Amino acid sequence: MNEDILIAGFGGQGVLSMGKILAYAGMMQGKEVCWMPSYGPEMRGGTANVTVIVGDNKINSPILQEFDTVIILNQQSLNKFEQSVKPGGKLFYDSNGLTTLPTRKDINIYHIPATKTSVELGNTKVFNIMVLGGLLKIVPIIDIQFIEKGLYKSLPERSHKLIPLNLEAFKQGEAIVEVIQEL
Amino acid sequence: MSDIETYKKELLAQGAKKIFTKTKNLTDTPFSYCGGCGHGVVHRLIMEVVEELNITHDTIGIAPVGCTAIAYEFMNIDMQQAAHGRAPALATGIKRTMPDKYVFTYQGDGDLAAIGTGETIHACNRGENIAIFFVNNGIYGMTGGQMAPTTLPGMVSSTSPYGRNMDTHGYPLSLTELVAKLPGTYYVTRQSVHTPANVRKCKKAIQTAFENQKLNKGLSFVEIVSNCNSGWKMTPVESNKWMEENMFRSYPLGDIKLPQ
Amino acid sequence: MGEDIQLMKGNEAIAEAAIRFGVDAYFGYPITPQSEIIEYLAYEDPYNKRTGMVVIQAESEIAAINMVYGAAACGKKAMTSSSSPGISLKQEAISYMVGAELPGLIVNVVRGGPGLGTIQPSQADYFQSVKGGGHGDYNMIVLAPSTVQEQYDHVGLGFELAFKYRNPVMILSDGAIGQMMEKVTLTPQLPRENKILDWATTGKTPDRERNYITSLYLDPEVQENHNIKLQAKFQRMKDTEVRYEEIMTDDAEYIIVAYGISARISQTVITMARKNGIKLGLLRPITLFPFPSKRLFELSDSLKGILCVEMSAGQMIEDVELAVRCKIPVYHYGRMGGGVTSSTEVFEKFVSLFLK
Repeated sequence: MNEDILIAGFGGQGVLSMGKILAYAGMMQGKEVCWMPSYGPEMRGGTANVTVIVGDNKINSPILQEFDTVIILNQQSLNKFEQSVKPGGKLFYDSNGLTTLPTRKDINIYHIPATKTSVELGNTKVFNIMVLGGLLKIVPIIDIQFIEKGLYKSLPERSHKLIPLNLEAFKQGEAIVEVIQEL
Repeated sequence: MSDIETYKKELLAQGAKKIFTKTKNLTDTPFSYCGGCGHGVVHRLIMEVVEELNITHDTIGIAPVGCTAIAYEFMNIDMQQAAHGRAPALATGIKRTMPDKYVFTYQGDGDLAAIGTGETIHACNRGENIAIFFVNNGIYGMTGGQMAPTTLPGMVSSTSPYGRNMDTHGYPLSLTELVAKLPGTYYVTRQSVHTPANVRKCKKAIQTAFENQKLNKGLSFVEIVSNCNSGWKMTPVESNKWMEENMFRSYPLGDIKLPQ
Repeated sequence: MGEDIQLMKGNEAIAEAAIRFGVDAYFGYPITPQSEIIEYLAYEDPYNKRTGMVVIQAESEIAAINMVYGAAACGKKAMTSSSSPGISLKQEAISYMVGAELPGLIVNVVRGGPGLGTIQPSQADYFQSVKGGGHGDYNMIVLAPSTVQEQYDHVGLGFELAFKYRNPVMILSDGAIGQMMEKVTLTPQLPRENKILDWATTGKTPDRERNYITSLYLDPEVQENHNIKLQAKFQRMKDTEVRYEEIMTDDAEYIIVAYGISARISQTVITMARKNGIKLGLLRPITLFPFPSKRLFELSDSLKGILCVEMSAGQMIEDVELAVRCKIPVYHYGRMGGGVTSSTEVFEKFVSLFLK
């Protein structure tokens, strides 16, 4: 089975790099992977989203309209992509910056308060890896050891000293994810 | 044996002394340029210098679009023919992939100073270690005497039949002075080939432009002001006189930038 | 030591392939969505750090392709890349390269047009690529990758074919494949060859006549003979270089013909159709010139219809219609100007066209 994942938020929130870590980790675990960004003229501040497909089968279309799992990191993304979750699929959100909450009854909904937690820890840069921790706790498609390997592969060497901190944040993410609604 | 060879032998047998030999770097194809045109002389000078410096096997030339589009018919060395204005880009591609070769472009005013302005300026600005030979006769010769960027004020051409009017046609463009300002050029000079003394000076400049390539210090730019007696609708003698009186005033001969 | 597998963007794969296949020079100019190619090469700095490969950011797309011309005429493996508007600018020099019989590789990461258009992916440069594009009667081999791995592989294949025929080769990619990341199995580093080719302008040695590279033959008789020679070359390409992939065509009653990103989208359509008991297959041209016309003609005997899926107003469909000679219905479905087709849209269109 392939898992079709969408991550959507602001540019500058690390949306694309979150997808990259996932794809690298999937690759290290020997899975088929595809990372397909929305790309546009915005460098920062605009909306950004990325499709990540991880699985055991050859990947056909990288351009998807509905997803097994959607991660929502800002209000615009919630408005745009709540309907893109397959019935029975999963929606993750960080409530920071959201003025409304997901309303669908036919999907599983989870909350990862990663912004708040990372601020409390005094390091907002680990926000995105915390979200990944929460995601993979519920959707265990990749083992943490491969997340570690994926980080080593995807980050430039000068950033390798930050990997233990990131793995801590990943575990923190696993701990803070909460079920809002399960079918 | 050709008639000419037989004739040569006969002359030598009669005690004639050989005082001039055409360089082997020119083919036996007769020049197709108009009588009195400077291109033939400039071709010969470049090819003589290449032979005298013993760099024939290491030299690649680029012919432009214009009267000299078929320069490779006459120059007996490895040559490329370029799209209009693009010779300095070709030269860049050659020199960067074969830095030990001697590379030159041979361009007219329309080619170098109109359609190829961008390529010219940027090759100069990158300091490509090549030589650009720029023959400026103030007109488009090949296409039948149209106005060029270097056409003088008031000068009549088929597209400025009432004389070049600066209000509508803009001003004559001297790329030579312009590229001399760029740090990428190493040697910039303006020459002519209308008298024996000028031919000798021009040859020296061409030689310097080739020798500079060994130094890797930047681009050598040699403008040669020439006539286009057909395009100017004058006899060759008239055209040289007109050139001295008019062209040299706008395009004065001499070195513009010498190696520091 | 296992295989060297990396996760790469389609654009990065082209750049890494250029280094690994021993390319001598890359000349480029920035334009979205392909600037990662020159950025990757600038960062890798192969001239100083890897193979000595020359990388130059030119002053324009026109200068870049003419630098390719100059290096190619010396027998060097030279390439450039751009996206649609930039490729339009290169057409003059591509025509010159064909006329002068020069090898070289041009990568077009297509975006939506016409004009400045959009930076989103498109396939609307099909005509420009396979029917010549510049002036004069000419063709070049056009490769259409549909995976990041193929982006990589086609650089090697492209140069092989370019030198085999002394003709430029184009990789016709698109913004989606250029921007997406997939696994790529990298090949071992090949050396730069530095071969002296007998036709190339490397300096006239006393043992041979001068070489000159030109596309100018003023005598119409000579020019016509040159054209006849070129056409014979294009015919040889048609006879020997057709490449395509077939998926589930054995028992198919209908097929989709699609290349590049549209072929990927269509693969999902095939899966959807088969789940619904519809015998749908896919023919994916890998070479757009030469086009797999013969195979399509053979297949058409056992087919009820063909759907062409392209992100254009319908360009490749003309070649498909010519290939099957109106024996069966051929329809087009696509989006334009950067719009990307979804598998569901294509499937619904297929059902409404053929099954209702």
